[in-house]
Amino acid sequence: MEIGDHKEVPDDASEHCPGTQSEDAGKSDACAGCPNQEACASAPPNGHPDPNLVAVAERMATVKHKILILSGKGGVGKSTFAAQLSFALADMDYQVGLLDIDICGPSIPKMLGLEGQTIHQSNLGWSPVYVLHRSHVSRVLAPPPDADVTWRGPRKNGLIKQFLKEVYWGELDFLVVDTPPGTSDEHISIVQFLKETGIDGAIIVTTPQQVSLIDVRKEVSFCKRVGIRVLGVVENMSGLSQPVSDFKYLKRAKTRREEPEDVTERVLAVLREKAPELLGLVALTEVFDSTGGGAAKMCVEKGVPFLGKVPLDLQLCKAAEEGKSYFDRDECWISASALSAIINKLLKDNVMA
Amino acid sequence: MENGNHKEVPEDANEHCPGTQSEDAGKSDACAGCPNQEACASAPKGPDPDLIAIAERMAAVKHKILILSGKGGVGKSTFSAQLSFALADMDFQVGLLDIDICGPSIPKMLGLEGQEIHQSNLGWSPVYVDSIGVMSIGFMLPDPDDAVIWRGPRKNGIIKQFLKDVYWGELDFLVVDAPPGTSDEHISIVQFLKETGIDGAIIVTTPQQVSLIDVRKEVSFCKKVGIRVLGVVENMSGLRQSLSDFKYVKPLKNGGEEEEENVTERVMAVLREKAPELLDVVACSEVFDSSRGGAARMCVEMGVPFLGKVPLDPKLCKAAEEGRSCFAGDECRVSASALSAIIAKLLKNDTIA
Repeated sequence: MEIGDHKEVPDDASEHCPGTQSEDAGKSDACAGCPNQEACASAPPNGHPDPNLVAVAERMATVKHKILILSGKGGVGKSTFAAQLSFALADMDYQVGLLDIDICGPSIPKMLGLEGQTIHQSNLGWSPVYVLHRSHVSRVLAPPPDADVTWRGPRKNGLIKQFLKEVYWGELDFLVVDTPPGTSDEHISIVQFLKETGIDGAIIVTTPQQVSLIDVRKEVSFCKRVGIRVLGVVENMSGLSQPVSDFKYLKRAKTRREEPEDVTERVLAVLREKAPELLGLVALTEVFDSTGGGAAKMCVEKGVPFLGKVPLDLQLCKAAEEGKSYFDRDECWISASALSAIINKLLKDNVMA
Repeated sequence: MENGNHKEVPEDANEHCPGTQSEDAGKSDACAGCPNQEACASAPKGPDPDLIAIAERMAAVKHKILILSGKGGVGKSTFSAQLSFALADMDFQVGLLDIDICGPSIPKMLGLEGQEIHQSNLGWSPVYVDSIGVMSIGFMLPDPDDAVIWRGPRKNGIIKQFLKDVYWGELDFLVVDAPPGTSDEHISIVQFLKETGIDGAIIVTTPQQVSLIDVRKEVSFCKKVGIRVLGVVENMSGLRQSLSDFKYVKPLKNGGEEEEENVTERVMAVLREKAPELLDVVACSEVFDSSRGGAARMCVEMGVPFLGKVPLDPKLCKAAEEGRSCFAGDECRVSASALSAIIAKLLKNDTIA
């Protein structure tokens, strides 16, 4: 579907398609041979509400705020951010739901420590998995890990629709939706299904590299095109920050064939003896080059808010792998203050708290 | 479509579907109400003429390698680009096909942004750099910020055109850079190329568990569609950088608004004076935790070859951003030798060259 066009014409429709909402949908001569003909002919006539959307609206009536987490490129830390955002909001005593619609590669179960959990049915519908964290409960829903890997678009859309229609979320302050990277079926579908019920906006996660920023611009274009507000951009992996005492140290090998020698013990001993003040310092390096100005500059150009930077923090990666909140690990202090600042800004700027 | 099944039955087909290639396709009683009915009833039986056209083009291509990743942002396109540079350096004729329709990274990584595709009487002409022929949707977008919001069928259409309408000429290698995951683009490229022979797939990952989970899905996909796994590459396998290349700051643990104090000059002075032997030591950070064994261990479990590790090298990131080969010059020392070893192993293992 081309969103925003008056006449809704599917991408694979026949020429002279009357539009899927037309009275002649599926019935006109032009429809013969179109792969959508059956679907169009049997869809409810124009003017009558799509029963699916009605069901979604009922479920979403008890959800105050809906936020999509997008990224142009994959592997930028979108799911990590979605998970940590959910932990943070739950800690502030909000009722939080976290929905993972990345069907081919759902990362949320691992990041919330929920691997192996299954979705239960109740008389109210499907039940999300409840995560207890520091006496705060979040509700999480993700595709099953054994979902067939080779699903084409229509089947993925079907599952997303079910997540919205059949799941009993209850009363939520926030529904955070973690999406796969890009702008395709899943994104078009989630917007189509949720738009009527109101989407507060989208947060776009990126890394500083130009190759990521190119794709963020496409996400911003997507949001503008489908009428979703960009709540802000987060620049993740914004430089590696690590205490000097946490590194391993290697001596360069003389030839390419030799393995470098691990000299960590000796280096730390030398530092302790000759320059102990260095051990308490943090070393920084710009892994992903941001000489182009990074995300902050791009935000100015595109007129969208910049929420902040999160450094590449070994301890945050570890926390994510273990399904923990960055609050739970004191060692995540490097990224924790950055994440907290970003989340506070998000809530303040958008009057959501 | 289930590849490898005798009877091709679409995933959303009715029970008792006779198969899309059957004489009764679309016409049997079981077909009533099936979303594919129209398509089946009107589709030609017998070989798809497009596949014939593709076979003709691919007759002059000796080896085809797919570059896959379960997760995004693991460095798959960077690897595809550098692999192409390396093969071209060895005097092979190389074609590089980018089938990531939503987020085409290849033009940037080969320094070809802004280039356009030209037509000749032989078909579409790839864009050449260093004698590598490159094709990507990136060359067809009037505005690089435009989002390509296409559903599956339309993406499949352009991939088909890349295979049937492009004049690749005689190639030793066609490297196909895929988007992450296992969806339309992957199913399509296998469908279109299988008849003409695919040598196999290389799967790129990072060491984190959350990436390795997705690699297993890629391996399953390959097994399911009958593509050989040539090997797995573990990218971003630890950051390695000289102590003298870092910046140093005094940490602020209270997460305040003040800037951290940059003490790099002082640190360098202290090291030069008190411990000059440390200046050339290489600091390593296992940013993406691989304490569970990383990709190498997973390869043993899954019975697929492990090709090697590439460290996170800021110089390689820069080369990629600027569209340069990491093998030119001495800057990318750390990663170039790792990549060379991996490529040599690939060619030797599979007696491809």
